[in-house]
Amino acid sequence: MSASSDKPELAAKDFKSDQQVKWCPGCGDHSVLVQVQKVLAALGARREQTVFVSGIGCSSRFPYYMATYGFHSIHGRAPAIATGVKCANPDLDVWVVTGDGDALSIGGNHILHTIRRNVGLKIILLNNRIYGLTKGQYSPTSEFGTRTKSSPTGSIDHPIHPVSIAIGSEITFVARTVDVDVQHVQYVLRRAAAHKGTAFIEVYQNCQVYNANAYGWATDRETKGDNVVYLEHGKPLIFGKNRDKGIRLNGDVPEIVALNQVSPDDLIIHDEKAADPSMAFRLARMLHPEFPEPLGVFRAIEKPVYEKLLMDQIDAERAKRGPGRLEKLFRSGSIWEVAETGAA
Amino acid sequence: MGTATTNKHQAGQKPAKHIEQRLQAAVRFAGDSGDGMQLVGGQFTATSAVFGNDVATFPDYPAEIRAPIGTLAGVSGFQINFASRHIYTPGDRVDVLVAMNPAALKANIRDVVEGGIIIVNSDEFDAGNLQRAQYSTNPLETDELSRYQVYKVPITQQTLEAVKETGLGPRDAGRCKNFYALGLLYWLFDRPLDPTLSWVNGKFARVPAVANANKLALAAGYAFGETAEMFAVRYQIRPAELQPGTYRNLTGNQATAIGLVTAAQLAGKPLFYGSYPITPASEILHDLSSYKNFDVRVFQAEDEIAAMSAVVGAAYAGAIATTGTSGPGMALKQEALGLGVMTELPMVIVNVQRGGPSTGLPTKTEQADLWQAVFGRNGECPVPVLAAQSPADCFWSAIEAVRVAVKYMTPVILLSDGYIANGSEPWKVPDPERLPKIEVRHPTDPATFQPYARDENGARPWALPGTPGLEHRVGGLEKADITGDVCYVPENHHRMTELRAQKVANVLRDVPDQEVYGDPSGELLVVSWGGTFGAVRTAIEQAREAGRSVAHVHMRWLNPMPRNLGEILKRFRRVLVCELNMGQLQLLLRASFLVDALGLHKVQGRPFMVSDILNRIDELMGGHAS
Repeated sequence: MSASSDKPELAAKDFKSDQQVKWCPGCGDHSVLVQVQKVLAALGARREQTVFVSGIGCSSRFPYYMATYGFHSIHGRAPAIATGVKCANPDLDVWVVTGDGDALSIGGNHILHTIRRNVGLKIILLNNRIYGLTKGQYSPTSEFGTRTKSSPTGSIDHPIHPVSIAIGSEITFVARTVDVDVQHVQYVLRRAAAHKGTAFIEVYQNCQVYNANAYGWATDRETKGDNVVYLEHGKPLIFGKNRDKGIRLNGDVPEIVALNQVSPDDLIIHDEKAADPSMAFRLARMLHPEFPEPLGVFRAIEKPVYEKLLMDQIDAERAKRGPGRLEKLFRSGSIWEVAETGAA
Repeated sequence: MGTATTNKHQAGQKPAKHIEQRLQAAVRFAGDSGDGMQLVGGQFTATSAVFGNDVATFPDYPAEIRAPIGTLAGVSGFQINFASRHIYTPGDRVDVLVAMNPAALKANIRDVVEGGIIIVNSDEFDAGNLQRAQYSTNPLETDELSRYQVYKVPITQQTLEAVKETGLGPRDAGRCKNFYALGLLYWLFDRPLDPTLSWVNGKFARVPAVANANKLALAAGYAFGETAEMFAVRYQIRPAELQPGTYRNLTGNQATAIGLVTAAQLAGKPLFYGSYPITPASEILHDLSSYKNFDVRVFQAEDEIAAMSAVVGAAYAGAIATTGTSGPGMALKQEALGLGVMTELPMVIVNVQRGGPSTGLPTKTEQADLWQAVFGRNGECPVPVLAAQSPADCFWSAIEAVRVAVKYMTPVILLSDGYIANGSEPWKVPDPERLPKIEVRHPTDPATFQPYARDENGARPWALPGTPGLEHRVGGLEKADITGDVCYVPENHHRMTELRAQKVANVLRDVPDQEVYGDPSGELLVVSWGGTFGAVRTAIEQAREAGRSVAHVHMRWLNPMPRNLGEILKRFRRVLVCELNMGQLQLLLRASFLVDALGLHKVQGRPFMVSDILNRIDELMGGHAS
C-alpha cells in the first residue's frame, strides 16, 4: 500500500467517482464497493497510486465507481491486464474485481497462472453462482442441478470452488467472506491489502434477480451460526449458534463434534501460515450443508513476488553488464568493416 | 554465372587446380536434423560475410525437433547465397548441394541447377538409409544423377579418422562430420578457416576435446579438397562493393528484437514484451530475454490471449508495450487488440507469418495474414499495418512501428514472415546517436486534462496511473468524445468510429510517398509487399536488363496505403500483384482503387523464386525475358 504522509488524508467519499452506480438495488456489489472505499481511506491509500482492473460482468463495473485509475477490460482477462500494469509499474496498488464466470470460466487460465506467479494483485471474486449480466445462465460455481434459462431441466455441470482452485494454484493469500458481514469484509480487505503477492478474496453474495437465496444459509440470523465457521489464526475451529460445536480431524477427514464431548485441544487449530497447503485445502472442501463453511483467511504465507523478481533480475543484469548501451548491442556478435574502397 | 576463368598455378600447391571466378554462388547444406546443418550453414555465412561477400541465407528445417533419423521428414537444410555484387535473395536454386544422407539428397535434388555440384556422404548410402529415404535403388549407382557433378566422399569415415587422436568415442567423433563438410566447402570456395577456428575455440572452450575434434575435422575436409584427385575446379567469389561501414549479419527475428529495444531506448522507456512461444517468432522472445540490462521486461504468458492482454496493461501503465506471435496466436490476440484500439493505447504486435490456416505449416513461410491484420477484429477496428521487406529491414520496421504507435496512440501491427525471420543478410550498423528520438508526452495538469481529447494527430493523451489528479477510467465500452465516460448515445458512437478511423488515416503524415522502381509509367507494374521484396526486385532488374518495360512498387505500409499509390497504379496498362497468398493485397488494391489488378499467388510454404516472377511476366507480356 502506497501511503504518503505529506498529502491530506482521504475519506471514503474521496474514493467515490462521479458516476452513478447502476447495480440492482440490494446487490452485494454495493456493500463491497463501500467497504473497499472505507478500507482504502482507512489505510491511507492514494487515489493516483491505485488501479482497479476488471473484466466483464456485473462485478466488473466496479472500476467506474472508484475515483482511482480504472480499467474495465474484456471478459476474463483482467488478471493478465493487471499483470501487465504491475510489470510496467510495480509501485502501483493494483486490484482486480471479478466474478465467478469472469474469473473461473472464460478467465480460468489467467487466474491459475496469475496466482502461481504470485503477482502482487488483490483479486476480489464476487461469487453469486450465476451469470447476472447476460440475464441468468448457470455459472461454473452454480450447484449441480441448478435450473436456469440455459439449464431449464437442471445443470449437468459440476461446480468448482474458488478457494480450492486458488489453493491448488499455489496461492499465498486466500480468504472468504460474505457481503452482508461488513466488518468481516473490511477485515479481509485489510488483510489482503497488507499482503505481498497475490491476495485472493472470495465474497459470497446473492444475485437479487437471478439467484436471490444462494447464501441464505450463511446470512440468515437464525441459521448462519450453525452454517459457517470463522477461521482465526492459532485458534480452534469452533462454531454453532451457541458456539457449542467444533471441527476435529478423524484420521484425515474433518468431522463435527460437540464441544462438551471433546477437549478443545482435539479440535483443528487454524494455522494460516502453514507451509503445507493440505489443511487449508481440507478446510476449503468443507461444504454446506454437510459442514459449516469456513469464512476468514485460509492461507497467508510469504513467497517471492513476481514483479519484484522481474525487477531484481533487471537490476542484477545491469549491475553485472552495466546499463544497456545501443552502441554495444549493435556491435555484439560477429561484425566486420567495409572500407571506402570495397571490402576490408 | 561464371564470368571469367583463369588457370592459376601456385607454388607448392600439389594438384594444379583450375580456379574459376564467379559473381555469385548458392550453396545448400542438407542433412538429418541432428547433423548440425544449421550450425555449419551459419559458419559458412559468417565467414563469407567477413570475407566481404554480400550474403543472403534461408534455413529450412522440419517442424519436428528430431524426426526419425534418416527419413525425409527429418531433413534440415541451410542455404547461403553469396556474391561479389548486391543480392536480395538466397537464390532460386543451388549450385552446390551437400547431402549428408540419402534423404537429404532426395529432398533437395530438385533445387540443384543442372550441371551443379552434389557432394554426398557416401558412407550413409547404405541399405537402411536408402530405404528410409524411399529409394528403391542407390542413386549413386544408377544414372539418376547424370545431369550433375556428383562427388562421393566418405565423410563419416574420413571424419572418424581425422579426429582419432582426440580419443573421443565414435558417437562424439561422428558428430564432427558437419565440420568436415564445411572444411571441404571452404576449400571449394577458397574461404579462410580462421573465423570458424576462432568461433570453435570460443564455443567449446569448456570441452577442449570437442573443440579440437571439430578443428581437426574442419582441417581434414579442407585438406581433402586440396589433395584428392577429385575436384577439377574451385571457385572464387570476390568481395562485394558494399557501402563502407560496419556490418553484422542478422536474421529478421534478431533484427526485430534489436529494433524493439532500440525503439524503447529512443523513447526513454522500459520495453515490455509479453509473448507465448510460437514458431517462427520465438527467437524474438529468446533474444529479448537476454537484453534485461536495457530494462527489457519479458513476460512469458500462459497463452496468446494473456500475452496480448498484458501488453494492453503495460501500455496503460506507460511501457513501450510489444508482443510477437504467428498466425494462430494472432487470431487469439485479436480481441485484446480491439481493446487496445478502443482504449487508444500505444502497442506493437509483430506477426511472423507462417503457412495456415490453423496450425498449417509452422516452420514454412506465407503471407496470408494480411487480411487478418487489416480486418481481423470485431467492429470497425482499424489498425496501422506495415510489413518488413528483408531480415535487416525488420530493425527499421520495428522502430517505425513503435514511433507511429506512440505518436498516434494506437496498436500497430508489424508483419514479418518465416522467410525473413529466419533468413539473414548483412545489416549496416547504424550510429545510435543519429537515430531520431521517439517523443513521448504524458499529461500532468489536472486543470486541462480530458481522457479523450485529441491532439493535432488525433491522438488522445497518454495519462499514466501514478499521476495525481488525472485519475480516470478506460475500458472496452464506447467512450464519450472528450470525456471518455461510458456513452451509448447513437451519434457519439458514429463520431467516435470516425475519429478512430481518421486517426489511423492520419498516419499517412508519417508514410512517405510510394516510390516506383523503373519507368514511372508503362506496360506493366509489379506490386509486392513484405518479405517477397528480394525475389521480386531481382526479377524486375533482370526483366529490365532484358529490355522489358516493367516497373516495381514494393509497399511498406499496407494500412494506410501511401497517398500517391492509386495514381501510380493508374499510370500502367497492367498491374500484377505478387504475394505468397491467394490474392489478399490484390483484393485490397482492387477494392481501394478500382484497378483491374492481376495476381501471382503461391502458397507452397516456400518463398518466391525469381523465376516464378519472370515466368509470370513472360506470360503477361509474351516472349522470353528470363
